[in-house]
Amino acid sequence: MDAHTEMVLESRWAGGVRPYAMGSKKLGMWLFIISDALTFSAVIIAYSYLRVASPQWPTPFPFNPAIIFSTLMTFCLLSSSLTMVMAVSAAHRHQHRKTVFWLLMTMLFGTLFVGLHLTEWFHLIEEGLRTNRLPAEWVTVWPQAPQIFGSTFFGLTGLHMLHVSVGVIYLGTIALGFGLKKFESEDVEVSGLYWHFVDLVWMFIFPLVYLMSVRY
Amino acid sequence: MASEAHAAAHVHVHEAPRGFIRKYIFSTDHKIIGIQYILLALVAVFVGMFLSLLMRLHLAWPSLEIPFFGLMTPEQYLALMTMHGTIMVFFVLTTAPQSGFGNFFLPIQIGAADMAFPVLNMLSFWFTFASFAVMLAAFFVSGGAPTSGWTAYVPLSALGEVAGPGLGAGQTLWVVSIAIFCGASLMGSLNFITTTLDLRTRGMLLFRMPLTVWAWFVTAILMLLGFAVLLAAGILLLLDRHAGTSFFIPGGLIVSDRLIDHKGGSPLLWQHLFWFFGHPEVYIAILPGMGIVSHVLSTFARKPIFGYRAMVFAILAIAMLGLGVWGHHMFMSGMSPYSAIAFSLLTMSIGVPSAIKTFNWIGTLWGARIRFAPPMLFALGFVSLFVTGGLSGIFLAQPTVDIYLHDTYFVVAHFHIIMGVAAIFGMFAGTYFWFPKMFGRAMHEGLGRLHFWLTFIGVYAIFMPMHYIGLAGHPRRYPDTTAVKFLAALDPVHTFMSIAAFVTIAAQVLFVLNLVWSLWKGKKVGINPWEATTLEWTVPSPPPHDNFAGHYPSVYRGPYEYAVPGAPQDFVPQHLPEAEPARHAGADD
Repeated sequence: MDAHTEMVLESRWAGGVRPYAMGSKKLGMWLFIISDALTFSAVIIAYSYLRVASPQWPTPFPFNPAIIFSTLMTFCLLSSSLTMVMAVSAAHRHQHRKTVFWLLMTMLFGTLFVGLHLTEWFHLIEEGLRTNRLPAEWVTVWPQAPQIFGSTFFGLTGLHMLHVSVGVIYLGTIALGFGLKKFESEDVEVSGLYWHFVDLVWMFIFPLVYLMSVRY
Repeated sequence: MASEAHAAAHVHVHEAPRGFIRKYIFSTDHKIIGIQYILLALVAVFVGMFLSLLMRLHLAWPSLEIPFFGLMTPEQYLALMTMHGTIMVFFVLTTAPQSGFGNFFLPIQIGAADMAFPVLNMLSFWFTFASFAVMLAAFFVSGGAPTSGWTAYVPLSALGEVAGPGLGAGQTLWVVSIAIFCGASLMGSLNFITTTLDLRTRGMLLFRMPLTVWAWFVTAILMLLGFAVLLAAGILLLLDRHAGTSFFIPGGLIVSDRLIDHKGGSPLLWQHLFWFFGHPEVYIAILPGMGIVSHVLSTFARKPIFGYRAMVFAILAIAMLGLGVWGHHMFMSGMSPYSAIAFSLLTMSIGVPSAIKTFNWIGTLWGARIRFAPPMLFALGFVSLFVTGGLSGIFLAQPTVDIYLHDTYFVVAHFHIIMGVAAIFGMFAGTYFWFPKMFGRAMHEGLGRLHFWLTFIGVYAIFMPMHYIGLAGHPRRYPDTTAVKFLAALDPVHTFMSIAAFVTIAAQVLFVLNLVWSLWKGKKVGINPWEATTLEWTVPSPPPHDNFAGHYPSVYRGPYEYAVPGAPQDFVPQHLPEAEPARHAGADD
């Protein structure tokens, strides 16, 4: 916190009292999240629009293994949010070692998610799914379905996976900086906001992409 | 204010960097960054203007061989049109009024030492610079610049080289450049919003902020929301072009005798995503101009702005409605006519806050003893152009009328007047108004007046006839209509518009000469040459590195207290306490 903002907080003058007594970094992150949420919304709307406008849409995910697998991924991401909460809470109590431990756990779950997700991607690619092609078996089951299932699937989940990967690197930087006592607890909290947001986005992608495409 | 120790610490924090590179190139000083943005926009506007000059030459004399260029092909014309639109919209209208003037003056006007995130601010500029460089590179790759318009309509923009020259590497560079620009805008806009909310000085309530600050603040919100969606659209377009996806490409397309193997996508989806950004973009371009014009009108009319709060709520209403009217660009697209009705009604309702602003400007001028300095002339010109362009907008907001007018020059006239020229007049007003503060010297007034009259008459001479040829059915985007019989009668109008354009472009050279001359030879000015009230007029001209030298002013009143009854002068600066004698600027700490 630089001297000016410190002074501003201290004086409590009748003016730009920080909204919700929030620091600039945190406000900046919230604004980034709003913006990023719109980017995701646009891609999710693109997916929904194309799906609704198509005469037929593949529902290729059997409960076992695809849904169980993606539920496991969801579980990883949800657990990572819990460990992130622990990290932020420890950071606010200035427990540096504990914070770093929980941050590393969060990164572990995040990496696990990306790993599982990539495994799933490779399975689908092996099956024959491409951005511009459906597997031959799907074409026989859903002859009217357009080839863009792969476009939307890889596009939407890929954008999310990129966010998780960036998040893991981001948390790594924060863990390093906080461990070396160069960063403040607020920095950990701000990185937590990002992480929870990425987690929340998955909570939209999971039902829209997976649960609405269960094979029955 | 806090203790002296804090102030001293603050001065230390904001010590000016030494060395040319840290000070002028990779500077984190919001004022240097503001000037960098303005310079970038100045280069961009001359590139864009040069492209329009080539187009106007071709339109008036289609068989003319242009030196170093030869006979213009239709594809070359479309490439010029695309790049003119793109450069003007992104690198001039978005860059100069918001990022340029906003960066320089928003922190000073709210009493802050810098932006909330100075490093992010610097990155934002250099992203914009990179984006501009990538965009210009599109001219030099094989096939040349893209031909799909500044709206990059699909499927033309999604198919690659097969669809025509410029749609290969050129179009890819276009999309990449726009994606980088989206990143720059995100960094810039969240910086503006955070600065406005967090760094206001003591007493600078939201409703004491100058209307310029309100305009930049609301514009930043629009940028934060709009460019996020453009980024998504750009990414999807890039995937369509290079990763085999088909978000925007429908099935069964035969282009250049080849069946395109993409299928299943929707071109309408691109239009929805693009215009969800594209319409707010219009307000991103014009709102800062509205702020500057309100500011200048009040200052030179020596009267408080008429209806300050109404002005603020009008800005907010325009921005909010502006997010919900993108469909009026798509009446011709095959979109459901029922949604066209909804978009049309919402669009026309924007006329209400726009009219509030216009009437309040006129109310501000009513009975005023106006000082007709160049900034005021350009502000008045802005009001005139805003009314003209706004009126043709009401025609176009109606789907039934729009279906006739949409692909004619009427639309070209409309958006050039309201989005292009009006916004540029806002920038001119800002330049003449703030130049003394930015560089400590005034611009030449006589040259300024001459520049105004030539430009004002010039732009009307260019764009008024365009309304008529549009009504007469002249289609836009056509490079050459000599073979079209019913348009032959309009040829002299084209010639007239082209000559008017050349004169207007020549007049802009006057402006640049004035800028350069005034930098070194302009009359030196003091702290407050225009006798204005807001905080930027309490600091030296040019302002020092940390703006207030650690002595932050306190604000006691609204921004436009001119002609206050009983006051010793006809203006009362914002930092003067109630009922106390005037003191030196910045010394009331």
